[in-house]
Amino acid sequence: MRKCSLDTINHVFAEIAAGSALYLPADGTDGKAVYTRWQEGVEWSRALNTVRSPKDFFFPQTENLMEFKTSGKNIEIIDTRDEGEDFVIFGVRACDVKSFDILDRVFLKEPIDSYYASKREHGIIISVACSRPSETCFCKTFGINPAEPAGDISVWQSENELFWQANTEKGEAVLNRLTSVTEEADDSAVVAEKEKIGKIMDKLPLAGLKTDAFGAGKTMDLFESPYWDSLSEACLGCGTCTFVCPTCQCYDIKDFDTGSGVVRFRCWDSCMYSDFTRMSAGQPRLTQRERFRQRFMHKLVYYPENNDGMFSCVGCGRCLAKCPISMNIVKVMKTIGGKEHE
Amino acid sequence: MQKITREQLIEKASALLADGTVKQVLGWAKGEFDYDITPAVFESAEELNANFVWSDFCGANFSKYLVSKTRKCDGKILVFLKPCDTYSFNQLLTEHRFDREKVYAVGIPCEGMADIAKIKEICADGIASIDCEGDALKVHTLYDDEPVCVPAADVLAERCVNCKSKKHVAYDELLGEEGEVLDSARFDEVAKLEAMTPDERFAFWQGELSRCIRCNACRNVCPACTCEKCVFDNPNSGVENKSPANSFEEKMFHIIRAFHVAGRCTDCGECSRVCPQHIPLHLLNRKFIKDIDNFYGEYQAGAEEGSRAPLVDYTTEDIEPGEVFDRRDTDA
Repeated sequence: MRKCSLDTINHVFAEIAAGSALYLPADGTDGKAVYTRWQEGVEWSRALNTVRSPKDFFFPQTENLMEFKTSGKNIEIIDTRDEGEDFVIFGVRACDVKSFDILDRVFLKEPIDSYYASKREHGIIISVACSRPSETCFCKTFGINPAEPAGDISVWQSENELFWQANTEKGEAVLNRLTSVTEEADDSAVVAEKEKIGKIMDKLPLAGLKTDAFGAGKTMDLFESPYWDSLSEACLGCGTCTFVCPTCQCYDIKDFDTGSGVVRFRCWDSCMYSDFTRMSAGQPRLTQRERFRQRFMHKLVYYPENNDGMFSCVGCGRCLAKCPISMNIVKVMKTIGGKEHE
Repeated sequence: MQKITREQLIEKASALLADGTVKQVLGWAKGEFDYDITPAVFESAEELNANFVWSDFCGANFSKYLVSKTRKCDGKILVFLKPCDTYSFNQLLTEHRFDREKVYAVGIPCEGMADIAKIKEICADGIASIDCEGDALKVHTLYDDEPVCVPAADVLAERCVNCKSKKHVAYDELLGEEGEVLDSARFDEVAKLEAMTPDERFAFWQGELSRCIRCNACRNVCPACTCEKCVFDNPNSGVENKSPANSFEEKMFHIIRAFHVAGRCTDCGECSRVCPQHIPLHLLNRKFIKDIDNFYGEYQAGAEEGSRAPLVDYTTEDIEPGEVFDRRDTDA
């Protein structure tokens, strides 16, 4: 394990950035943390988490897939992909690191999504343990421990020091580049920090949230629950929950007429939208109740059904903080799951 | 701290449900915490007693819900309206968006709503509970032994700091005291933008709008946006996009929307309240309101049911388009 002092953290960032592009949460123009490319003068944000999740690095909101040029009766297909270079994302929280596993199971399954795969291959993740979880956090419900964040390198923060531990070969390679700006350390401070985090986790208001009523095989039990009506009653049908969610992975593919050709791009889609998965026969989910139900059934039942019981929520709490009408997965789980879930 | 109590509202709603005046009540339902309140439909006194909330976090404007809820309910719906909500209510009536006969509107006074984002700036994350006491909010956190005391005035939502009216312009019944139309400073921020050079202004909006994630929350919450099918949701429109294809997309979306609600926007501020990226969208709308006031005389959308907005009401005194252009540098 290596350590550095918090005061010299920018030296460490400079060393990482000398080798490959480095992104980390920094406070944006609105004072909220946003992943920013590090350069001299950029300060690592103290915020618990970013408004937008780091899924953008692997699955950007908009991504050009290819271009078409036509001349006469000929059509030329242009591959717009570039090879890509290694990049480092620092400051990823345990919940968000877990979200990459969930996305991997979708995009890296045959047929492999080569756009996503290339970015995943080039991305190096440095996670940071959560010293100060929020009331909206419920990662524990999904088996995530914010004191033990995964990733290529894990980092723990004590009062004025950061402790670095490599978990993978990729992480080892990065840490080896940092020998001049870090020093060897034992893990006593990290053990103390983990213990501190564990105590806070037990105190969190959502600590008791359970998943017993959900998971593979629960479709018939939950699909016709009478509660979907009242839960979806006030839903605005906006895409906030899906767009701030680190695990929502639905997208649409569209052609953009540039006047001289066509750009085929994909963009995030939202099951909350009225034209989601619209086909020639129309939209299969006619009302907001059905669209709303789809989102939560996908996270809590359908995804686990297809992925060995793994839920596709990581309890990051972004939807709790951002939904315009404050309806969210916790309220759905407590209502649909019955009293024992409270 | 609100002057009218939760109990008074529940009592009123329960009585109207009991005597059959209304079948449903549109109100605020309690959440997991003290600030995450959800609009809900209540149908009995038991439901009201269990979940109804009235506090400094009841910002949601119910007027737009009446468009869909009055179609679904076969009786009358009781709706609680804060002063600013009544302007949206009137504007929707002017546009014939719901059946007035199916609504029982109860006006309630409002002392301004708190902005949880401002509270979190002061207390950081980890809010366990918030008590509203007098002019202060007592915030208990997971990390402090003693509650953090925050003056309510310091965490008022922007739209409440610049409250335009404490007067209800529509209701069947009023609870509590009626207020006055206020002389607000709501155009000060617009004036600051006008004082910028075009390049500075462009940079300002570029910076703000580049955060947009096209979640459409601003549009979907907006009481002036009640088209059955929005042009941006129509795949055949040529402009339908779920996300910004390039940096121009977000600007186009927001500017078109601001044009579309010009003269109809009551400045209720819901767009900025719901924006997950804290984009000050209300400033676009206020610019239009300020210009309309300037060019056609003062006009407040929703102040009077059935009023004709200057942009759709031709008079021979109307300013010539050329004059608008000439005055762009002085008044614009």
